[in-house]
Amino acid sequence: MKQKIDNQLTGSQIVIEALHRENTEVVFGYPGGAIMNVYDEIYKQEHFQHILTKHEQAAVHAADAYARSTGKVGVAIVTSGPGFTNAVTGIATAYTDSIPMVVISGQVPTAVIGTDAFQEIDAVGISRSCTKHNFLVSDVKDLTRVMKLAFYLARSGRPGPVHIDLPKDVSANLADFNYEQEFDLPTYKPTTKGNVRQIKAALQHISEAKRPLLYVGGGAVLSNCYEDIREFAHQSKIPVVETLMARGVMRSDDEYLFGMLGMHGEYAANMAMSQTDMIICLGARFDDRVTGRLDVFAKKAHVVHVDIDPASIAKIVKPNYPIVGDLGIVMKQILEHTKDFDFNDYSDWHNTLKKYRKKHPLRFIENEEGDRLKPQWAIKRVGELLGDKALISTDVGQHQMWTAQFYPFNYPRQFMTSGGLGTMGVGLPYAMGVKRAHPDKISVNFTGDGSIMMNIQEIITCTQYNLPHINIILNNNYLGMVRQWQTRFYDDRLAETVLDTQADFKMLAESMGGVGYKVHTKEEFDKALEDAVASNKTAMIEVIVDRREEVLPMVPNGHALNEMLLLENLGDK
Amino acid sequence: MGTFKDFYNSEEKREVLSVIVVNKDSVLSRIVDLFSARGYNIDSLTVAPIPNSQYSRITIVTFGKTRTIDQIVKQLNKLIPVFKVMEHKDVIEKDTVLVKIPLDQSLSDVDVLARAYNGAIMNVTSDAIVISATDEPKRISNFIKVIEKYKPIEIVRSGVVAMER
Repeated sequence: MKQKIDNQLTGSQIVIEALHRENTEVVFGYPGGAIMNVYDEIYKQEHFQHILTKHEQAAVHAADAYARSTGKVGVAIVTSGPGFTNAVTGIATAYTDSIPMVVISGQVPTAVIGTDAFQEIDAVGISRSCTKHNFLVSDVKDLTRVMKLAFYLARSGRPGPVHIDLPKDVSANLADFNYEQEFDLPTYKPTTKGNVRQIKAALQHISEAKRPLLYVGGGAVLSNCYEDIREFAHQSKIPVVETLMARGVMRSDDEYLFGMLGMHGEYAANMAMSQTDMIICLGARFDDRVTGRLDVFAKKAHVVHVDIDPASIAKIVKPNYPIVGDLGIVMKQILEHTKDFDFNDYSDWHNTLKKYRKKHPLRFIENEEGDRLKPQWAIKRVGELLGDKALISTDVGQHQMWTAQFYPFNYPRQFMTSGGLGTMGVGLPYAMGVKRAHPDKISVNFTGDGSIMMNIQEIITCTQYNLPHINIILNNNYLGMVRQWQTRFYDDRLAETVLDTQADFKMLAESMGGVGYKVHTKEEFDKALEDAVASNKTAMIEVIVDRREEVLPMVPNGHALNEMLLLENLGDK
Repeated sequence: MGTFKDFYNSEEKREVLSVIVVNKDSVLSRIVDLFSARGYNIDSLTVAPIPNSQYSRITIVTFGKTRTIDQIVKQLNKLIPVFKVMEHKDVIEKDTVLVKIPLDQSLSDVDVLARAYNGAIMNVTSDAIVISATDEPKRISNFIKVIEKYKPIEIVRSGVVAMER
């Protein structure tokens, strides 16, 4: 390494100093050849903790969960080549859900870039389509600017992951460091305030509507405005439905909330969306899992769409009132003018929705004495026993939908789940990242016997860094969601979805310093959960559940939102 | 949703876009990646630095329904190094073509044809001539069709550059 002169820093030191100035308290990562200079400086510093995962994918997921559960920027560091490619799934997962993150990867020295050197891969070429922005730093003089912009880009506008590719020579070279310097970015000016005239026109139309509906998405969580949304709903008396990403924006017991909508949404929520004459879309994006068959979606409705990302507006549904802005700011603007409008009486509309809810409530049929437990029961039970004390992560599949349906989410950032990309294997690293961010909360991961195996190695990381959490494996010996589709749409041909050879999860947990339980009954479950909470170790509670239980309601692919398969009109499977 | 029929179900139309970009962070590949990732069409793409500035101008000719063009413009704007996207309504468009023709063809015919499309013979070697023509893209397409008769060895087309009137 070169001699240090004056107040110049090496590239690696610049990375450390920048992370420090961005108030980074934890970095998840994995060292390797091309990133060693940075790791040498991590070794020497005392500003933040580094958590060494067992796989780069888990490091990025953990940083993602840290960001999801706090709203801060998550940070992960990996090496070049395979280190980076392992991280890609984590980056893409965060990108699809607009999670602010900075991921730094090592790269081979600039002199050998393009020669197919050892552990060389075109990292920025790969990450281009799954990051908000990325940088290949070819000169150490750019590094301070790049670090500062990366954090700014990650957290501003529509948040998202930013990737920095750092060649090994750049991390060793010297440059001046002045983090206070302002860097202008003339090509990036996100609109944050909504157009007031448009907001007033929208409010006017909303107040005259007969069946308006607040359709709330993940943007409400990202922009930290759940209180304003609750207040607007209560002031205007407009019913609310939430997307998967918005769970917790309304309290689960709020009478204005008619549940989650979409493919596995509640009957009342989907009927509300089908019959509304005024959709007020707050930070959602009309995802295909929400709209069902698009050409018949909300045919009679006018649409107000508030989003920070102009490209989200009119991508799927063209609104009558497009409002580009930060939902947090726009909600304040909306509330400022709410009192100026005389909203219609929506009690008929509420009564209709209540009737729907009564007709087809979200429910499941309890198991008969001696039969296997229902997976939904376990989720509901955790809700009863831990409630607001727990932060919930999930993997992806049936258990994820059941969690979204049956856990009583009462505040935003209580629910960490891969919504857009649907990444199996996020659950355990999410629970780890959540525990690191919130040591006083109970971190619970609802998972399946398929998903849990995808990052199972991280139990030992949680043991090492004392990040205890509880994995509740709803074991049906199937890849349940795929199995459900195979049963419905492929004549029950169970192609590669039967998981009849399995690990002993109890032994698996214990072998890595955790505790394990295998439970068959309600009593065993309660006991295991109590033990797991008290143990202060990473726990695996394997719950043997009804193998053929299905996620219902279900809007089959290509069907309209109000064409749901319901528990009530299905015979025996 | 019923009120915007034209937006959802319009005919595909041709659109000339000028994209002003900062000349770094592999901006060109970002733009090309965007078009391929989202399934947009590129009919032609030209790029050159704007004199005395840090910016480059990329001229893209694309086609699509109204909603697709709307998305293309928004998605381009979303790219960090993109400064401005201009949808042209009333533009002058120019396209250039170079054609190599074997010498055994009628030189005077070729010369007359080239002149008809604002072109000329640029170069003559012992076995081929090179002609060039610059005109509106439609006329250049026409020219290429007509010149086929003279058994061209090679045709190179520049792509469209455009400027608002």
